Amino acid sequence: MDIVRRGLAKRYRAERRFKAMGVLAIGASLLFLAMLFVSIAGNGYTAFQQTHIRLEVSLEPEAFEGISLSAADYAGLVKKSLRRMFPEVSGRGDLRQLYALVSSGAGYRLREMVMARPQLVGQTLPLWVPADDDVDMLIKGHFGGEASGSATRLSDSQRQWIDRLKAEGKIEKRFNRTFFTTGDSREPELAGIRGAVAGSFFTLVVTLALSFPIGVAAAIYLEEFAPRNRWTDLIEVNINNLAAVPSIVFGLLGLAVFLNFFGLPRSAPLVGGLVLTLMTLPTIIIASRAALKSVPPSIREGALGIGASKMQMVLHHVLPLAMPGMLTGTIIGMARALGETAPLLMIGMVAFIVDIPGSLTDPSTVLPVQIYLWADSPERAFVERTSAAIMILLAFLIVMNAAAVYLRKKFEKRW
Amino acid sequence: MTPTTLFFLLCGLSLVAYAIGRRRALATGAASGGLKRLHSRPTYYGLLAALWCAIPALIVFAAWQAFETPLITELVVAELPESIRSLPESRLGLVVNDIRNLVAGNIVAGDIDPAMRQAAARYRSLQATSHAALAVIVLSVGGAGAFWVRQRISVRLRARNQVEAVINWGLIFCATLAIFVTIGIVMSVLYESIRFFQAVPVTEFLFGLKWSPQVAIRADQVGSSGAFGAVPVFAGTALISAIAMLVAVPIGLMSAIYLSEYAGRRFRAVAKPLIEILAGIPTVVYGYFAALTVAPFIRDNGALLGLDVSSESALAAGLVMGVMIIPFVSSLSDDVINAVPQALRDGAYGLGATRSETIRHVVIPAALPGIVGGVLLAVSRAIGETMIVVMAAGLAANLTANPLQAVTTVTVQIVTLLVGDQEFDSPKTLAAFALGLLLFVVTLILNLIALYVVRKYREQYE
Repeated sequence: MDIVRRGLAKRYRAERRFKAMGVLAIGASLLFLAMLFVSIAGNGYTAFQQTHIRLEVSLEPEAFEGISLSAADYAGLVKKSLRRMFPEVSGRGDLRQLYALVSSGAGYRLREMVMARPQLVGQTLPLWVPADDDVDMLIKGHFGGEASGSATRLSDSQRQWIDRLKAEGKIEKRFNRTFFTTGDSREPELAGIRGAVAGSFFTLVVTLALSFPIGVAAAIYLEEFAPRNRWTDLIEVNINNLAAVPSIVFGLLGLAVFLNFFGLPRSAPLVGGLVLTLMTLPTIIIASRAALKSVPPSIREGALGIGASKMQMVLHHVLPLAMPGMLTGTIIGMARALGETAPLLMIGMVAFIVDIPGSLTDPSTVLPVQIYLWADSPERAFVERTSAAIMILLAFLIVMNAAAVYLRKKFEKRW
Repeated sequence: MTPTTLFFLLCGLSLVAYAIGRRRALATGAASGGLKRLHSRPTYYGLLAALWCAIPALIVFAAWQAFETPLITELVVAELPESIRSLPESRLGLVVNDIRNLVAGNIVAGDIDPAMRQAAARYRSLQATSHAALAVIVLSVGGAGAFWVRQRISVRLRARNQVEAVINWGLIFCATLAIFVTIGIVMSVLYESIRFFQAVPVTEFLFGLKWSPQVAIRADQVGSSGAFGAVPVFAGTALISAIAMLVAVPIGLMSAIYLSEYAGRRFRAVAKPLIEILAGIPTVVYGYFAALTVAPFIRDNGALLGLDVSSESALAAGLVMGVMIIPFVSSLSDDVINAVPQALRDGAYGLGATRSETIRHVVIPAALPGIVGGVLLAVSRAIGETMIVVMAAGLAANLTANPLQAVTTVTVQIVTLLVGDQEFDSPKTLAAFALGLLLFVVTLILNLIALYVVRKYREQYE
């Protein structure tokens, strides 16, 4: 008894140590999760605003004489108004620096406005145009306060002009609409995620349209009809194994079979959807089988008892009851497909694509690949845009997973 | 008529067939004394008609689509002038491409030869003929199928059994798709790998110590040795996976133990989903985090300690990958720990053991096979993980065990070798398939062992 008592304090200490280790382990994972979110959100929230510069653009009729509206030199008009704002600037080098303050997309913005309302020609109108990404970064303070000229990629005179614009209230941060309405661009201030979101949408449509019916059908066969034999065992081992095959191997399959053998177009959401279908099928099959398993035998026996055939029993009674579980599994599979990158790199969805895809065979990219592409870009302004794109992607995933949890909670039945 | 419209037309036609079949069945039933004289419910007659309308027509449609382009190309090429036809294979491919672009109305590089123009016109007319023929054939096949069923409808036609047989075959087809996918993976990877191993001996690939997959295009090119010794790549993969497992296994296991043995119901309800969020975050996000935040952090702190840390260190990629795998390890171990019968624990408590002693001496040994299976699955996931290492690990194939240096992995090499334009006859791109084959085989073995262990263990206590 004494021996036990002597050891007791030590044993209780060990007990507390062990418990503390458990808490620590959970704490570490949660800390990492928090760090991840804070770092992404901290980097990304500024991207939802974009610095704009106010210009007084006079649309002189001479500029439009003899040419169509679309062919006029809008970039030249923007430059002219900049010259009017800073009349003292002269010399080729200085002027080029001055022009570099506004984004090269300013001319296109002006053109769109004039094309939409041709009666503007001849007027002088105030126009907020996006500033260049370096100016944007300076205004947002990403260059660390009073950093020297070389670190900011802006010259001293450019900084003076910006200070003057600031004093005159002609430079301000506004909501970054471009980010949500345009495709990719080499210029950070003109780059948007619309193209990638559309690509992701088309890819997921293909994935859903193929993987849900096929997955549910496979699950029904394996759970309800398959005889227990070697062949069925082989199928099951295959499905379980496919669920754990690295995603990049599916990319290799897509490249070799869909692109090289069947000659389907590269970078197309159709092929991306096919590859992701193969990848999500095991997930859906496994979830659907679990859902079918949870339907109690009494339902089946009841249906058979009143004279239904086996197929009628499954399709009319078991399947509707298992549907919520299957949908939950499908949504989770779709969420995983939405975040998948590696296999899509293999089938050429990494191309630089400016246009917003409009069909299943247009070249396009998807949201995670867009993140990968931007993460590789050297411009400082792409850092915040990458983080912002990640925030959008995570928002989609959260919505999808929340929908899955809601469905499960709402339709969960204890038999 | 474009194939898409034709497809929708066919769908419409089978809807019509459904309606016709159903009406006919109702009429037949009424004529022979009440609906209950029919063998099946009228819907099944409609479905049978729709299936006979759609399925044969769709088979014709698919076959036509598959053979249309090659056949038309063949015909057009056969009519090209002799000077173009005698071009080598690759040049001819370019010409055909140009013709297709002309047909699609795209801008073609180079100036357009009248012969090409003529070929494009010919292509277009052949395509139009083919589309028209396809429309006629598909629609008449569909109509004939529906008509045939309509003629057969009688009181004794076993429509339900026939429809159910078709559905059953559909289900079987969907279920066997998994096998076709596996076969497809093996065939595609194996085929290219065999071509690779014709150029590079297997032994050099498996045991060579130098990896530099640049192949000289010209004989006198500098710095393109084309060495395909994959040992450094394997070593890099092993190093990063080992770091990841060092992070994931202790943390994942301890969280699982705490959650299943100590935590109260409410804490568990909050903490478990939070940890599982880690599993739902896309890997590209982890990769970005590793490259942007973790790697510079490790490099700067290493510099403070006087260590020379590469900015693409294996440590950063491994750490972040480990975090990604935590929920994987923890939820699998949670399952097996929960499967250990309460009686074993009660016995240990009865003997006077504390909780931690019970866990260490009773629960863990009892759950060990399952935990090992889970860890093996996690290893296979670490080996196959791509985006984190593509973004945070390096490209240089260093043969080193120092986690502060840059190493490369199998998946990184596959991505770098295959992204962008590629020719399929150089060992450089084929090497990616050889690496893919290896990756598939290794993960397959790990998965099979793990699945076997987990399954066997689960049965033990049930």
